[in-house]
Amino acid sequence: MDNKDIGNNRAQGADEKVTGSEAMLKTLIAEGVDTIFGYPGGQVIPLYDCLYDYRDKLKHVLVRHEQGATHAAQGYARVSGKVGVVMVTSGPGATNTITGIADAMIDSTPIVVISGQVPSPLLGTDAFQEIDVIGITQPITKWTYQIRKPEEIAWAVSRAFYIASSGRPGPVVLDFAKDAQVGTIDYEYEKVTYIRSYQPAPERIAGQVEAAAELINKAKKPFALVGQGVILSGAERELYAFLEKADIPAGSTVLGLSAMSSGYRLNKGMLGMHGNVGPNRKTNECDVLIAIGMRFDDRVTGNLQTYAKQAKIIHLDIDLSEIGKNVPVDVPVVGDAKETLAAITNLLQPAKHTEWIDSFAADEKEEYEKVIRKEIQPEGDRLLQMGEVVCKVSEATGNKAVLVTDVGQSQMMSVRYFKYSQSRSVVTSGGLGTMGYGLPAAIGAKFGAPGRTVCLFVGDGGLQMTLQELGTIMQEKLNVKIIVLNNNYLGMVRQWQELFFNKRYSATAMENPDFAAIANAYGIAARTVEKREELDGALAEMLNHDGAYMLIANVVAHGMVYPMIPAGGTITDIIME
Amino acid sequence: MNMQTKKLYTVIIFSENTVGLLNQITIIFTRRQLNIETLSVSPSAIKGIHKFTITTFADEDMIDKVVKQIDKRVDILKAYYNTDEDLVYQEIALYKVSADLFLKMEGVEELIRKHNTRILDMNEDCVVLEKSGHYEETQSLFKELSRKIGVLQFIRSGRIAITKSKVERLSDMLSAMKTKLDIKNGEE
Repeated sequence: MDNKDIGNNRAQGADEKVTGSEAMLKTLIAEGVDTIFGYPGGQVIPLYDCLYDYRDKLKHVLVRHEQGATHAAQGYARVSGKVGVVMVTSGPGATNTITGIADAMIDSTPIVVISGQVPSPLLGTDAFQEIDVIGITQPITKWTYQIRKPEEIAWAVSRAFYIASSGRPGPVVLDFAKDAQVGTIDYEYEKVTYIRSYQPAPERIAGQVEAAAELINKAKKPFALVGQGVILSGAERELYAFLEKADIPAGSTVLGLSAMSSGYRLNKGMLGMHGNVGPNRKTNECDVLIAIGMRFDDRVTGNLQTYAKQAKIIHLDIDLSEIGKNVPVDVPVVGDAKETLAAITNLLQPAKHTEWIDSFAADEKEEYEKVIRKEIQPEGDRLLQMGEVVCKVSEATGNKAVLVTDVGQSQMMSVRYFKYSQSRSVVTSGGLGTMGYGLPAAIGAKFGAPGRTVCLFVGDGGLQMTLQELGTIMQEKLNVKIIVLNNNYLGMVRQWQELFFNKRYSATAMENPDFAAIANAYGIAARTVEKREELDGALAEMLNHDGAYMLIANVVAHGMVYPMIPAGGTITDIIME
Repeated sequence: MNMQTKKLYTVIIFSENTVGLLNQITIIFTRRQLNIETLSVSPSAIKGIHKFTITTFADEDMIDKVVKQIDKRVDILKAYYNTDEDLVYQEIALYKVSADLFLKMEGVEELIRKHNTRILDMNEDCVVLEKSGHYEETQSLFKELSRKIGVLQFIRSGRIAITKSKVERLSDMLSAMKTKLDIKNGEE
């Protein structure tokens, strides 16, 4: 059916004769694209030449490295809910996007990457800057396609956007041969809304919703796990209605953070290795566990042999292959969470679980005493702690900012201590754990949510992995707030070395440059703080500054992210101090 | 993994006829450390749709996960798995033996009858025999020939299989999708 359309020259219904490059840009515009993150090169010069004519409709953001383009597109997609678009050249341009594509795959982020390719007669000949993009990206994309003829463009591009954004979202790669960019065709746009071999959301299976509701209605100690699926399906309201009706406390995965606001009474915090004590403990105490749009990642579950064995497990997911992948499920509910949550809520009897919900307070108190207080309100003479910096920034923005993180201690500290008041407020690399993600993702987030304050927390290690993107911030005059939690260590690895490798700090100490001087060289205002009493003033200066600002917080060198459930461990192995 | 829990599964996959499909399928086996025992690809009865028949040793939990991940790929229409009881299946094997030894061998007629073997080609140097059947059957002829006169060349095809149930699940699925599409188009 849909494959038959390829190669039709559409002589009858055709509108106009255009080059393949123009067909590409027209289709992007028709798909609602207004921003492209990219980097030109030999095999996309015709496409970039055409872009020059469309620069009033398509904003091109020139990044400093193709990896930055993909992370920026991810940041853009995460905050806006739209598809992020990347345009790069062939060969090294394409291979530099791999990390971002893999990151988008594992974190279900909709992006479309258009890579140039050598002219089709040269394919397979090891031509200059030729690489097998299809072969390389097949394992890390939802779909990938090589456009060899201009006639395929409208079809392939529209199909790419449909696949990237529907169902469980993900990355799509279009490998765009140069001869297809320059050839001319009669162009006609036709939106793809159906692919016979692809079902974005599985059919609801009769009885699943009823079975789930029955279990929840009988539950004395229900507990919900909120994943990014709630945000991706726009089911935040349905989630609140669900939790409210049956009075169910909930914990959130890292990627699910901000689906519920931080202050919500049933939001009991973050799950997983560095999550809050309450939700992790209650996972192993509840009688019914309701997982919504999450995939039981090992960083959430720890040891599967001891994970929630006492509970009946209900798993809501749009991806059939996630059901039972890691954790055996008693009641699967397949479908889009927005629909399935609402359907289950309809069948719920209003309930109160006051005693159960109140039981979280003891865990909260314990965590506060053993971990949180020391981190956010340290004794006066202690060095600056990572958590207190995060906490202060969050408060100073009224808990309304978009949080972008890098990976490692800076990430875990910021997702632990930042607070959210609206959905789509967290941009972080969850599944792949990509250091260097933060700075370019913050650029994309600012383009995706220009009206919001964007705060990036990044360590000294991660910052230097994609440091060149300061040039993009300079050129675009982007108002991004960069908070560097500088401990002169690759802190998370150092933490593991301290705890599990006998304090043998192999290759984790870093001699760092003067980050403020680097920021200044890019025309970015910067300030370095070391003392607690300087922090408030510096934060005010950062937030009042009209433009990008880098605040370098020289924090305690041997800081630790607690609590910590060691990899493959269980809740009883938790390390609190 | 415990070999005893492993069983031979036949995975049947219907896909669009696009370039690179086989790679998309095999990388899923690779990630789960599953060896593909046999593989056969051909156009299906439905125009434009290709059919892959793959056999692999796995436990049911693993094969179920792998098939779901294959089924999820955009260009895959449907993937199923079956055990031998659900299938009529066949393999074909070719055996090249020395003409001289073959002619001198005792009981040629008996061997051909017993194994239901055909002679496809014969010249002064060698004879090419053909046998189709289950693995054990083609293997049994191989063993007998090897023992008696030696086998110069041997090749066995991948398994081909058809389900025993009357319904063709894919055509059902396609007609259900067509109905849905017609309804959708009618609404627009």
